[in-house]
Amino acid sequence: MSETFTKSMARNIYLGGSVFFILLFLALSFDTVQTLPERDNRHNITPSVALGKKVWEDNNCLGCHTLMGEGAYFAPELVNVYNRFGESKLALKAFIAGRPADGIPGRRSMPQFNLSEEELDGLADFLKYASEINAAGWPPNIQG
Amino acid sequence: MKYQSQSVAKPYFIAALGLFLGQIVFGLIMGLQYVVGDFLFPEIPFNVARMVHTNLLIVWLLFGFMGASYFLIPEEAERELFSPKLAIALFWIFLVAGALTIVGYLAVPYARLAEMTGNDLLPTMGREFLEQPTITKIGIVVVALGFLFNVGMTVLTGRKTVVNIVLMTGLTGLAVLFLFSFYNPVNLVLDKMFWWWVVHLWVEGVWELIMASILAFVLIKTTGVDREVIEKWLYVIIAMALITGILGTGHHYFWIGTPEYWQYLGSIFSALEPIPFFMMTVFAFNMVNKRRKQHPNKAAVLWALGTAVVAFLGAGVWGFLHTLAPVNYYTHGSQITAAHGHLAFYGAYVLIVLTMISYAMPYLRWNQSAAPWRAQVMEMWSFWLMTISMVSITLFLTAAGILQVWMQRAAEEPQAFMVVQEKIALFYWMREYAGLVFLTGLLLYLASFLVKNEAPSTITNEEATAAA
Ligand code: HEM
Ligand code: HEM
Ligand SMILES: [Fe+2]
Repeated sequence: MSETFTKSMARNIYLGGSVFFILLFLALSFDTVQTLPERDNRHNITPSVALGKKVWEDNNCLGCHTLMGEGAYFAPELVNVYNRFGESKLALKAFIAGRPADGIPGRRSMPQFNLSEEELDGLADFLKYASEINAAGWPPNIQG
Repeated sequence: MKYQSQSVAKPYFIAALGLFLGQIVFGLIMGLQYVVGDFLFPEIPFNVARMVHTNLLIVWLLFGFMGASYFLIPEEAERELFSPKLAIALFWIFLVAGALTIVGYLAVPYARLAEMTGNDLLPTMGREFLEQPTITKIGIVVVALGFLFNVGMTVLTGRKTVVNIVLMTGLTGLAVLFLFSFYNPVNLVLDKMFWWWVVHLWVEGVWELIMASILAFVLIKTTGVDREVIEKWLYVIIAMALITGILGTGHHYFWIGTPEYWQYLGSIFSALEPIPFFMMTVFAFNMVNKRRKQHPNKAAVLWALGTAVVAFLGAGVWGFLHTLAPVNYYTHGSQITAAHGHLAFYGAYVLIVLTMISYAMPYLRWNQSAAPWRAQVMEMWSFWLMTISMVSITLFLTAAGILQVWMQRAAEEPQAFMVVQEKIALFYWMREYAGLVFLTGLLLYLASFLVKNEAPSTITNEEATAAA
């Protein structure tokens, strides 16, 4: 780089630029957190949804699935699985509870987690709650 | 070696390479599970293999960063490390905690591990890359604080250079941002929003500072170019990294419930994120072309140039590919994401750590500036094997991803996820074969350390001191 552009000029761009963008990012994050209540479906967070999120995490579901496009890419997207299952919590619960412990020969299989009825309800409620978050029209279609 | 205490870097590098091998073995297990669905089921379900794969990656890169710092900081600060004893103690704590965590993943069901480690007290588990039990996370924080104290005191009481200050800034940022892994609200949108403060602000923020400063150090040492010139470049690169990368976080805020203005902000700023990576490439080639001396460690120079190029390809080109909101709408959470994740992590962070190991190991092992030529040739072969196979993995996953996105999301009659997966299995097979080539490259790399040191006739002591 040329002689007229000195090291101290470079340092000032670094310091000034990073401080400016850190502050701007903090301000935007603050604004985002303020506007979230209109979009994030928080009024539907019940104790059962909270339990569902715990079950979701304790069994590492997103080690295979994505949820809102984040997670692993081995198994289907689940943010709209409630819709894919015809908005039936019953069907969802039956699917999760019915996984064979030894899997399905030759195919990718989901483990049997041995969940209680309450935990299954929680999961279904959690997935329903997630499906109702305003995610700007994502996923593109029902297949996720 | 200029300072005796730099030798604490050696166990860190050895552990890093051992865990790297483990990471790849689990990658291959998963790669096979992609096409032979019941492979190792239910003993090692896919999610367990994935945790082991990604967590080993992060842990070995952290070992690598710490080892690199223990080698680099005394030399830059021109004094012995503040406390070599602390460095060795933290090494064992980190290694044992890491090993126990991996054993925990493999030995008991994850839900049982969560229960055993008291996840209910402070639930932080079960989120991608942050699967570690809460106590392991606390352990990581303790190790990080001890480490920062140790290298920080060394810098504070020694010579301060741009290289060691930038490295310290990056390492401190790494530790501070990790604290957000303890924030896990029930509200899914808030959870996701701040999860990215760890993941994105790491790899597209503070880790770039670490990467650029290590690259600058190795280039100063191997090319002999004036430090002033290199430091100026370093400042400009990290300035661009933070100016683009911080607001670039917005490319993860398109579809997770955050406001729609992020589609504009995230697209614009993240589209500029390739700039710092491009500058690193120009920088590395420029410095090597202007070199004032021939450093006998040719392999280290190859690793350094490789880092710059592949990081630009993986982070810059493959990142740009899917970072604009209208494109990301289709590619979000597909095999395209996996393709980019692999080449970016490999190019930027795997390669920078291997660059430092390649540069430092001859000093650490024999107090000489380069490994025997035969070992260097093996290293260079392994560089090409690993790099070409990783580029192939990326291309196969990109092909799989395009087909997946087309059939599942863009076609007039979208097909179900599992149906599509079967149709693109051919590309997963090719990925697995390329993965085996990668493993071969890695084994060759490890084997290069077994080459005996010949009588240092090729490398004279004079050369060694001139290079140091
Ligand atoms: C060479 C053999 C390798 C194979 C066969 C392999 C395979 C895989 C597979 C199957 C996944 C899971 C994808 C999913 O969620 O469905 C994965 C994830 C991942 N691997 Fe590898 N891997 C290999 C090497 C590596 C290397 C060398 C790195 C680091 C540079 C790496 C970094 C990652 C990362 C960061 C993820 C998470 C990706 C994401 O969330 O998008 N892998 N790998
Ligand atoms: C060395 C630097 C980088 C690394 C290690 C890296 C790694 C990753 C990984 C592992 C993911 C997947 C995260 C997940 O599991 O959800 C990801 C996602 C993403 N990265 Fe990067 N990345 C880097 C730089 C970049 C750059 C410079 C850009 C843009 C130009 C970019 C654009 C993206 C985008 C848009 C996604 C989201 C993909 C999706 O929607 O599924 N990345 N990155
Ligand atoms: Fe990102």
